[in-house]
Amino acid sequence: MHFECGTLPHDYLRYTYRKWLWILGGIVALFALLIISISVGAVAISPYEVLMTLLGQNVSTKWDAIIWNIRLPQALTAIVAGVGLSVAGVAMQSILRNPLASPFTLGISNAGAFGAAIAVVVLGTGRMTSTIASAITINNPYLTTTVAFIFCLLATGVILLISKIRGASPEVMILAGVALSSLFTAGTMFLQYFSDDAQLAAVVFWAFGDVGRASWQSLTLMAAIVAIACIYFIANRWNYNAIDAGDETAKGLGVNVERLRNIGMIVAALVTAVIVSFLGVIGFVGLVCPHMVRRIIGDEQRFLIPGSMVMGGILLLASDTVARIIVAPYVLPVAVLTAFMGAPVFLYLLLRGYRR
Amino acid sequence: MILSVDELQFFYQNKEILDDIAFSISEGEIVAILGPNGVGKTTLLKCLNRILTPKQGAITVDGENLSSLELMEVARRIGYVPQRVETGRLTAFDAVLLGRRPHIGWDISEKDLRIVDAAFQRFAINHLRLSYLDEMSGGELQMIAIARAFVQEPKILLFDEPTSSLDLRNQVAILSTIREIVSQHRIAAVMTMHDLNTALRYADRFILLKDRTIHVCGDRSVITAGEIEAVYGVPVVIGEISGVPCVIPTCLCRPECEEEEICTEMEASTHVRYPRSSEDKPRVGRVSGL
Repeated sequence: MHFECGTLPHDYLRYTYRKWLWILGGIVALFALLIISISVGAVAISPYEVLMTLLGQNVSTKWDAIIWNIRLPQALTAIVAGVGLSVAGVAMQSILRNPLASPFTLGISNAGAFGAAIAVVVLGTGRMTSTIASAITINNPYLTTTVAFIFCLLATGVILLISKIRGASPEVMILAGVALSSLFTAGTMFLQYFSDDAQLAAVVFWAFGDVGRASWQSLTLMAAIVAIACIYFIANRWNYNAIDAGDETAKGLGVNVERLRNIGMIVAALVTAVIVSFLGVIGFVGLVCPHMVRRIIGDEQRFLIPGSMVMGGILLLASDTVARIIVAPYVLPVAVLTAFMGAPVFLYLLLRGYRR
Repeated sequence: MILSVDELQFFYQNKEILDDIAFSISEGEIVAILGPNGVGKTTLLKCLNRILTPKQGAITVDGENLSSLELMEVARRIGYVPQRVETGRLTAFDAVLLGRRPHIGWDISEKDLRIVDAAFQRFAINHLRLSYLDEMSGGELQMIAIARAFVQEPKILLFDEPTSSLDLRNQVAILSTIREIVSQHRIAAVMTMHDLNTALRYADRFILLKDRTIHVCGDRSVITAGEIEAVYGVPVVIGEISGVPCVIPTCLCRPECEEEEICTEMEASTHVRYPRSSEDKPRVGRVSGL
């Protein structure tokens, strides 16, 4: 034992309390946003009535139906997907040692889109009944989701196999991901080229990520997997700090770097695969939320991981809320809005630099 | 005997990098691993704490065989300071706290915080506590990395080129600090080095690597002009200035020299031609300032 004479570092502890305060503030904001998100839409319900309904008070049977069957599952899906994509993003950025890494770097979203295209075009699960987007139906959503999920796992398996053979280095993983992305994009284009109008519309429609598709069942499944992933990443926050300090430092600190990379990648891929196959492709959240949080509370993973989770929930829920009201009565898919809302905020944060 | 290495052999893919490496280190000693670029100094260093896995050979720390220990157990015994320190948007305190990783369960304890706090006092870097790594100089980062390895509470510290990118002031500061903590806390340090003068000044024992194995190993007396020439292929003289040993190359390789000659300027710029055998090529480029 070298030093036991040290004092408690109150200055450092104050500094960490400030970080936790930010995260706590984010959670409060997320809850407020949830109430607002449920209250707005085709029928306006006052936030107070929303809160009362959620607390189990019987305000109105009509409100009950709207809130419990439509708006609450959609809002919770937005939060769960946002949290999942964002936590997968922050993990991928650390695993691949690359600020541009996101849940989609490994080609998982393109694999999912290709799987959905196969389901629609080859297995005939999609059709279009009129020219407006809402009338396009995937008439067998379970089969489409399953095929998309299988292809997501296939992409993950290929990358895992390659990194097993060539060593789990960030370069190998990123290059394999880029190669798979291109391959699946080309596959999707090939299918689209030979599909009829209705199938083409269904394939494109599927690819626009939309949190309105989720049911309570799919939400439960997504929430379970996202929760497991969050617990895994939080439990490994010190190990991610270690690989951020460099592979050699991490190994010198007793971290099994290769195993951490492989398991982290599988967990991130699984989360992404579940979200993509149920909701379609929702870009930007996984890339940008961790960076927003980095700008506000820094790179220390103890704060970055929970911070990114909260930020992911906020961004996707806010985007979905705006998507539902911006061109009412039409409802935009949330994927269009995430980039619209995320990009300006991100550019602002880049310009402002870090806060002290 | 705090560390002993026996019959260590390392292969990279199918290529033999190190063979028949054997040495031992006692408490309170600083050992310098010397040798030309590419001879395997860093590889040897990384084998010592299993960053790289040797093909065969036994490494024991305080009588315990390293290969029977978990990586986390190894990290409680051996600390490693890499040549390049990664930066990021985190405070020095966070960075040093990471050194407690091998001792942390679910979260840090009060004891961890106290130990890190004391390390900041010990290394005289208290003014950096809440500074961000990405705003620090190379010397400050190196000090943070050493403090991080130190709070691992290891018995042995490994340094890969601890002073290669530092100015004179920081070189002296870093090596004096290493010297102090090694003597005070009765631990041992192993460092790879290029600068023979610095090595002679701060190390107690020396390992000269040549042709994948140990050429000579021992205290100050093994570092002779003959051994240095044998390992580096450069003729030198070893003198003393104010009691400090000093290695001076006696050749000056200049572009205008012909391919097969080495010129010496020891005697008032008279060019002396040395015949040179093909196996014994000097590995230095240009030595200037003589």
